Amino acid sequence: MVETLHSLANGFAVALSPEVLMYAFVGCLVGTLVGVLPGVGPLGGISLLLPVTYGLDATSALVLLAGIYYGAMYGGSTTSILMRIPGEAASVMTCIDGYAMTQKGRGGAALAIAAVGSFVAGTLSILGLMLLAPPLAEFALRFGPPENFALMVLGLLVLAYMSSGPITRSLSMAALGLLLGMVGMDTMTGLFRFDYGVSELGDGIGIVPVAVGLFGISEILLSAGRDSKAEIRAPRLRELLPTRQEWRASAAPIGRGTVLGFLIGIIPGPGHVISSFVSYSVERRLSRHPERFGHGAIEGVAGPESANNSATSGAFVPMLALGLPSGAVPAIMLAAMMIHGIAPGPLLMQQQPELFWAVIASMYVGNVVLLILNLPFVGIFVNILRIPYSYLYPALLAFATIGVYSVNSSVVDVWMMAVAGLAGYVLRKLDYEIAPIILGLVLAPMIELSFRQSLAMSAGSYSIFFTHPISAFMLLIGLTLLLLGMRSMFTRAAGPGALMGIEPAAGPGQKQP
Amino acid sequence: MRSLTVDQVVGSVFAAFSLLVLWETRGIPFGFLAEPGPGAMPTLLATALLACSIAVVVGGRSGKRAADVKWTEWRHAVGILGACAFIAFALERLGYRLTILVMLLVLVSIVEKKGWIAGIVFAACFSFATHYLFNTLLRVPLPQGPFGL
Repeated sequence: MVETLHSLANGFAVALSPEVLMYAFVGCLVGTLVGVLPGVGPLGGISLLLPVTYGLDATSALVLLAGIYYGAMYGGSTTSILMRIPGEAASVMTCIDGYAMTQKGRGGAALAIAAVGSFVAGTLSILGLMLLAPPLAEFALRFGPPENFALMVLGLLVLAYMSSGPITRSLSMAALGLLLGMVGMDTMTGLFRFDYGVSELGDGIGIVPVAVGLFGISEILLSAGRDSKAEIRAPRLRELLPTRQEWRASAAPIGRGTVLGFLIGIIPGPGHVISSFVSYSVERRLSRHPERFGHGAIEGVAGPESANNSATSGAFVPMLALGLPSGAVPAIMLAAMMIHGIAPGPLLMQQQPELFWAVIASMYVGNVVLLILNLPFVGIFVNILRIPYSYLYPALLAFATIGVYSVNSSVVDVWMMAVAGLAGYVLRKLDYEIAPIILGLVLAPMIELSFRQSLAMSAGSYSIFFTHPISAFMLLIGLTLLLLGMRSMFTRAAGPGALMGIEPAAGPGQKQP
Repeated sequence: MRSLTVDQVVGSVFAAFSLLVLWETRGIPFGFLAEPGPGAMPTLLATALLACSIAVVVGGRSGKRAADVKWTEWRHAVGILGACAFIAFALERLGYRLTILVMLLVLVSIVEKKGWIAGIVFAACFSFATHYLFNTLLRVPLPQGPFGL
């Protein structure tokens, strides 16, 4: 414990240095804007801004991206409460009672409770991340190639199981991503695969152009032709103060949302979306007056907002401790780490302790920054919605181009971005989840390497995956999930997505979790 | 005849893609099951994709009809994708500033019908300002075009 506190103190020393502090602030600010704007989700925002981090050192880059991620979670509540427009998918539940409160003249109080709930949940869940990630990483140091292979397969299967729609759809997406990851030089033999004489393909399909295309460009394509002229009314500062009764009613939902969100966030899948849905239904079920829900119940704002922020920190646990992204946003952040030459995985905390603890400390700092940003300046952020989308999206397209081109100074990457954008647009339009594609692309080289290393270790015997207890356990869980997913297909039983209320998948023009 | 469902269309496209990959892996050494070569994993994955695609097609017989999907924003989408293709084609030929200027002008003035003056002012300010910000201040290498533009 003393060692943890000492490491955290060192982390704060880095996080509070003027440069890192500035990037935390910029990340939170940009994230809030991304959350407020209905046309740009956290995924699209991070994808589009990922290339901006190339010129930064690894710590500043991760701090900036993390700031965007949880900033978007905070910002998403603003338009949900004031205008019934969810800035991102996790804020859908906040719309229901948040907007009802606005109609009753309590929009300011709803915003305050959402911000305070997010702050409390964010801070407590970082504590959870801080306590859980180091022992998990230490445990994962026992992992060899078979365990790593099983872990990555399990991650993909859990994501597929948790995704909306039949499991075969998500598995197809994951297989497609893994296949895309096979392009380029084979790491074990040096043979080039599927490069068709294009030298840029020899290095493989880049994660950045695919991520920017799949999430950023497809979002622009889906939102095209929409110039919303919503009525904007920002609350005054004095309207932000909740009553004593509202504080009291919110306390328990914030606590429950924090715990639920953190636990759900750790599991691969759209944790921040699922957690807000689960939290809302839990609060309604526990309430003595469930009939108030939908008509301005403050618990319906406090619980989901706390849960989706807590899930954000939860998602960092497998990413930082195991190098396993639990969803598309962590996958892109993992890609950012690799671009900066950092090998993700359990050794990260031993080899780069200053980076790990600086990111953790910056999250605490970021939460304070966001609380300050999201209450007094709410009026300014809401005004961002006055920018016509017909000017905004061409600018976003230009930023995407700069970012993608600057990775390798190659127009092949820009072509890849365009193709991925088209594919993402069509797939999202048809209600297919695209997160497994990017996860597959990120994990493909590691899965292949650990698979072949495992077989080399066992002289070609596949029993190695089942004689190692950890690997066997993870594969068994994966197989169970696969069978459960198949069962729900054949028996038409409700899958996890339907049970948690996240089906159907984000439709056209809506946010992809 | 009823139209195909979304799952049948997507599943068929994926199945065709997986068959294409299987065809393309012929020239890559598979190795042995006990000692997989560089072609083994792509073959296994393409086979898995083929199996999943068939399951999607079979399982999606009663789903949403492909003909029912509304593509209301298709004109804008085509314009934006055309802009992406233009950027990829022109970026290293015309340079960053000219390419982005033309792209923004076309999108704002023609696709979005915001008027030529608004389009020219926005496109010129944005392309030169972002070039200054990224290329000059942040030292992000952006391609130069004719006349140093």
